[in-house]
Amino acid sequence: MKSFYGVDLPNPLMLGTAQYPSPAVLEQAFRDSGAGVATVSLRRESGAGQTFWQMIRDLGVLVLPNTAGCHTVKEAVTTAHMAREVFETKWIKLELIGHTDSLQPDVFQLVEAARILTEDGFEVFPYTTDDLIVGERLLEAGCEVLMPWGAPIGSGRGLNNEYALRAMRAEFPDVSLVIDAGIGLPSHAARAMELGYDAVLLNTAVARAGDPALMAKAMMRAVEAGQLAHQADPIEARDMAEPSTPVVGKAFLS
Amino acid sequence: MTLWSVIGAGVAGLAVASELVSRGAKVQVFDPGGPPGPHGCSWWAGGMLAPWCEYENAEEPVLRLGQSAIEWWASRTHVHRCGTLVVANARDLPDLRRFARRTSSYSEVDRAKISELEPDLHGFGKGLYFDQEAHLDPRQSLLDLHRGLKDKGVEFHRKLAPAQLENAIDCRGFHAREYLHDLRGVKGEMLVVRCPDVTLNRPVRLLHPRMPLYIVPRGEGIYMLGATMIESEDSSRITARSMLELLSAAYALNPAFGEAEVLEIGVDLRPAFPDNLPRIRRLGRTIYANGLYRHGYLLAPALAQGVADLALENKHSEMVDEDRA
Repeated sequence: MKSFYGVDLPNPLMLGTAQYPSPAVLEQAFRDSGAGVATVSLRRESGAGQTFWQMIRDLGVLVLPNTAGCHTVKEAVTTAHMAREVFETKWIKLELIGHTDSLQPDVFQLVEAARILTEDGFEVFPYTTDDLIVGERLLEAGCEVLMPWGAPIGSGRGLNNEYALRAMRAEFPDVSLVIDAGIGLPSHAARAMELGYDAVLLNTAVARAGDPALMAKAMMRAVEAGQLAHQADPIEARDMAEPSTPVVGKAFLS
Repeated sequence: MTLWSVIGAGVAGLAVASELVSRGAKVQVFDPGGPPGPHGCSWWAGGMLAPWCEYENAEEPVLRLGQSAIEWWASRTHVHRCGTLVVANARDLPDLRRFARRTSSYSEVDRAKISELEPDLHGFGKGLYFDQEAHLDPRQSLLDLHRGLKDKGVEFHRKLAPAQLENAIDCRGFHAREYLHDLRGVKGEMLVVRCPDVTLNRPVRLLHPRMPLYIVPRGEGIYMLGATMIESEDSSRITARSMLELLSAAYALNPAFGEAEVLEIGVDLRPAFPDNLPRIRRLGRTIYANGLYRHGYLLAPALAQGVADLALENKHSEMVDEDRA
């Protein structure tokens, strides 16, 4: 598994911390799944979420603060600075929303903000589309991780464009790639890992499930299965049957 | 006879006092803010007695304990038993299906039935109707409890409770935080508007992936719009974003809300424990009853019964999680 700015993750599951029925359920989801990274939003209510943030720190996992809800470079940069102070980490998941309904990233501002933050010493995890050129620009801007979307945030649609995600994996073989957003089911998460992605980040699929802790556990098993499958070099699909026991030499007359 | 001192005259304190008095106990109440008013977070509540709907995103005790709240309140104040209507815009129908899957005791309603229940709601083809649910006017309810207690001879002291009080029951919500290490505040923002052009007969919930809104009729064209849920402990202000979201959700329900007069803006902190369920704790000479979260009116009766069980009969209800008397 590739490292993330020099940090080796214990496993490939990153979980968001929003929308759970309660902090107790959130904690249980982390405990039961063993997810190693928690993303947390700082945009809402600058400075006053102390108790909740402390709960996130107390999870004892790596914290990846995000700039969710930011629409401009300036907002995102300010939020990133606040995150660095609050969580004492250089990591920032950079999210710059360009469209209200699809929550599609504004990739132009994303590249600009990534450059500013990288120059300032941040280690940026950009939430981006599956566009290869945008990916290249982000790497030029100093990012060492790319986080393409599977589908719009919270939509649960899975991997909308597997072809593009495959191309991205092939184009950036040495870059840590994370599928961020759109995962609804463990099968989606497993698929992302089968494609050779290095991690999966999800929130709604777990937080809004009837039993979030159980779904978190299911997601963990799925990403681990997908990861193992990728390492195991799966067979190619084919049209005709290939018998697993040889036919030659078998008595065929009776 | 023991004199019980209830500290805090919000919904928790008044419900506890009322329950104790109804069981024959002698009670006094301390609150430096005086009679119920805008200084307490329960002043800003929605007042929905909606255990079935709330169960969509809550633990099982909310559903079970909340069901007895309707009768408890009906014996003390006016309760409107008109049910709850839940609707979603066409694009958010997956949220309505999810809501239906996670709740019970509703009937599915179509366009015709929706307009029969609420003639002023247009454009909603599907909904859920929870006919057993009820609502009350939270402010009137607090005032009714307060008056009822005074009529029964309960003394209200408009001052801080003296330190080292015997037989104290601390119901101060977020203000009791220094004694309850795991209590947090969850910010809520709400609006009260006057919109005589719209008539709604019951609480209506509009499902939306980012901002579920409820709107509670207060009568005479007045509506409460609520409420945000933000993990923050800053109750000093409402943000423009929250206000935009609340108002645009109301506008989506009926564009006539665009003409509404904004009467009040409320911001306060819901006291909550990590599982968002209430707790009763006896620490030394004080019983703490707290953590009603967004279920002040729904769970205050059960909380009050639990406190009375502990105080008067030394019985531990399920809400008691620590007893270090």
